[in-house]
Amino acid sequence: MMDLAAAAVEAALAAGATYADARVVATSEEWMSAQNGEIEALRQDERAGIGVRALVGSSWGFAATSDLSPAAVRRIGEIATETARASALVSGPPLALAPVPAIVDHWENHCDEDPLSVPLSEKGDLLVAVTAAARDAGADIAQANYQIWETHKYLATSEGSRISQRIRECGGALEATAIGDSETQRRSYAGVNGQYGTRGWELIRELDFLGNAGRIGEEAVALLSAPQCPERTCDLILASDQIALQIHESVGHATELDRILGWEAAFAGTSWLDLAQLGKLRFGSELMNITADASLPGSMGTAGYDDEGTPSHSVDIVRDGIWVGALSGRDTAAIANIPTGGMIRADGFNRIPMVRMTNIGLLPGPHSLEQMIAETSDGIFMETNRSWSIDDHRLNFQFGCEVGWEIRDGVKGRMLRNPTYTGISPRFWGSMDMVGGESEWVFWGVPTCGKGQPVQVGHTGHPSVPCRFRDVRVGVQG
Amino acid sequence: VTTDAAVATIASRVLDMVGGRAEAAVTVARVREGLTRFANSFIHQNVVDEHVEVALQVSADGRPAAASTFATSDDALRGLVDRTLSAARLRPVDPAWPGLAPPSALLETGDAHYDEATASATSADRAERVAAFVAAGTPHGLQGAGFCETAYAERAFANSLGQRLEFRTTHAGIDGILRSGGIDGVGASYSVRFADLDAAAVGRQAADRARKAIDPIELPPGRYEVVLDRRCTAALVEFLAFYGFNGRAVAEDRSFVKVGETQLDRRISIWDDATDPRQYGDAFDAEGTPKRRVSLVEAGVVTGVTHDRLTAARAGEGTETTGHALPGGESFGAVATSAFLGPADPADTESAASLVSQVERGLLLSDFWYIRVLDPKTLVATGLTRNGLWLIENGQVGPSVSNLRFTQSFVAALAPDTVLGIGDDGGLAYGDFHLLPSYVPSLRLASWNFTGNAST
Repeated sequence: MMDLAAAAVEAALAAGATYADARVVATSEEWMSAQNGEIEALRQDERAGIGVRALVGSSWGFAATSDLSPAAVRRIGEIATETARASALVSGPPLALAPVPAIVDHWENHCDEDPLSVPLSEKGDLLVAVTAAARDAGADIAQANYQIWETHKYLATSEGSRISQRIRECGGALEATAIGDSETQRRSYAGVNGQYGTRGWELIRELDFLGNAGRIGEEAVALLSAPQCPERTCDLILASDQIALQIHESVGHATELDRILGWEAAFAGTSWLDLAQLGKLRFGSELMNITADASLPGSMGTAGYDDEGTPSHSVDIVRDGIWVGALSGRDTAAIANIPTGGMIRADGFNRIPMVRMTNIGLLPGPHSLEQMIAETSDGIFMETNRSWSIDDHRLNFQFGCEVGWEIRDGVKGRMLRNPTYTGISPRFWGSMDMVGGESEWVFWGVPTCGKGQPVQVGHTGHPSVPCRFRDVRVGVQG
Repeated sequence: VTTDAAVATIASRVLDMVGGRAEAAVTVARVREGLTRFANSFIHQNVVDEHVEVALQVSADGRPAAASTFATSDDALRGLVDRTLSAARLRPVDPAWPGLAPPSALLETGDAHYDEATASATSADRAERVAAFVAAGTPHGLQGAGFCETAYAERAFANSLGQRLEFRTTHAGIDGILRSGGIDGVGASYSVRFADLDAAAVGRQAADRARKAIDPIELPPGRYEVVLDRRCTAALVEFLAFYGFNGRAVAEDRSFVKVGETQLDRRISIWDDATDPRQYGDAFDAEGTPKRRVSLVEAGVVTGVTHDRLTAARAGEGTETTGHALPGGESFGAVATSAFLGPADPADTESAASLVSQVERGLLLSDFWYIRVLDPKTLVATGLTRNGLWLIENGQVGPSVSNLRFTQSFVAALAPDTVLGIGDDGGLAYGDFHLLPSYVPSLRLASWNFTGNAST
């Protein structure tokens, strides 16, 4: 496979490219779902092909094919260069690439239990049992699924890198829905659409879906008759699964350098951040420390190298509340005059590599969830995202959670339905005055991050802990 | 190398490999897509993708499984067949398995959804359109961002009941903003034919909007009468299609839909029709059921929902699939992928300018952004305005307004007596997910609930 990638690079260079890279990518994906004690669907998909990126002047071209014959990969290398020439018809300013060393290496993540090797019958039995338990607890609709990905990548660059990677990921989700006369209520486990990581089937075993199914079903039913979350301003405590989503939307996307540079303006949007403020702007309170670390073992955004061959490493994004870093690749980093962050990924062989989140996480702080509740006189504790919306500058957000819990005088009280909260990113993060500790640090995985055209689905990780925010507007209703 | 083989031939080879071991359905798609993205007035991403995908669905003694591959060698196809059959044998019998689609002919014949020039369009052709769009903003100091795409697909379907279908289609689009200082104006055009895209005209529309959007004022949140550009209407239709008319959501009582009841305004009708030349073509669904026109709302009365074979079987009472099975959509349901919203009375339309002229005080919206549903049954959703928002006073478009956040039920927005006018500007537009194009007009609606300012 590496020979094919190298041949495509050579063809792109021979056609006139000044730089080229090629990725042969083969992905196996397995997905099974069940509803109310019955298996609903089982899919096993395989995708393989080659994508070539070529630079002519300051213009990029990308071409991909599923035909892995030697003749076809050479042809697609030439088409990549031809496409770059077409880009040059509407060209931009001179473009440099931040330096990376030429590396020859193989990397793969560790799995205790290879997820594709676990018998289908065992996986199916788990989904059947879990959904039956949630249904028996009262849910009208109990759905569960797992997903497994095994990806082999072979990267060759015209600068001499030859990197192969084998990345195995898996995870699962349980969702219980209770249907009322005028609305539905939902509870999910193990978080926002489940939990995922660059781990083996041991992750599924550790999550203990069966042990949580009854509680999730009962909570969905209880929500139908719970009082509505009132519309007001109060202190807000967010569970770590919701903090993960908050980080993803209001920090991760906001600090993508391609957005900051305007490259996503028409579709995914821009950012309220201005490069001139890097290193000076206050993003949040002094308790806010965010890193982008693609080397965290087991987290969903983990890999040995990004799709440009940059070794994974940790980059500070927000330090002591100050914005100090951005998510970047070789071209965007060169424009910003910073080292490349190694955050370039593509969704399969036929998508162009672009700036993507790796593991964008909040470092643990000095507090605990128990302490936050005990020290809150009037507030709401919210868990598990239900809806999310943020403006195209990643500034104004409104998030809904599945469940809220009233907090009065340091005690977690009655359940609240339809809890929502809204805010402005730097003001919201600036109001964070308590951050959970290391024992509460969870590497949440999100396998559904959409970006780019044609759309690409990215896998991101978000290490996070529970946090408290002061004076937040909650309970916005339609 | 077999990627040059006819898609129908590949489908037949797979069926032969399955033989009598299972019920089987095969879909083979050959796709060639080009998409040219630009930002800051230059092309920064330019992609070409050519691939063949083979998808196999089997049911071995009532035990279904599905798999796919992008490889078409004999070994790869044999591997696809073997692993799909192996997986099927390991799972329990599915009592809900609805069986395969019986033989039936396509309703659409000919090549109304195919254009040779679009199929063979090059990256240089797309770059030329981008240049024309960007040039419309240059005299005004505006920078362009967006994309131009061309796509060609040929698909073949074959199953062990004898169903054999083939179809080819093209589509093209240019969609972008022109902007200065964070103020944007938007323009777009979509068609089956690349030649229909007038990039310069689309650019002029975007430039005109951007120039009118400068110096926005802040307005207090609250309920406002609105005139929605068709991009906004497309977003409404998209959410109604996913969450409302989806046969699975209806069966599980997760949808607002009650067939036979007047749930929307009597002035509008909604239907799905992939055979209409105005829409992107799609002659059959993922199960091999030919597409046809399906009425969803007639003059405000809900008349139908979309079904695949599974949701139709569950609905019982002789319900048949409407041809809306999605690839891999077993757990999501059936969705109208070629929707139309239009006037119940074809004469009941007026110009967009006329819609505005009747508004005493309200807002003119160009676009929505990042809409997410708070509850699928009520279809209460939150999102923001984008790419141009203006105050209308005494029938005149007034000052530009800073973006607002809304929290609004999409069902309530179109409920009886809420549609005050329908534009005569029907055309293809994408909603917020940019997944499904709808053919829709601009609308004047009685009320829209804005719940916050976007930046304060």
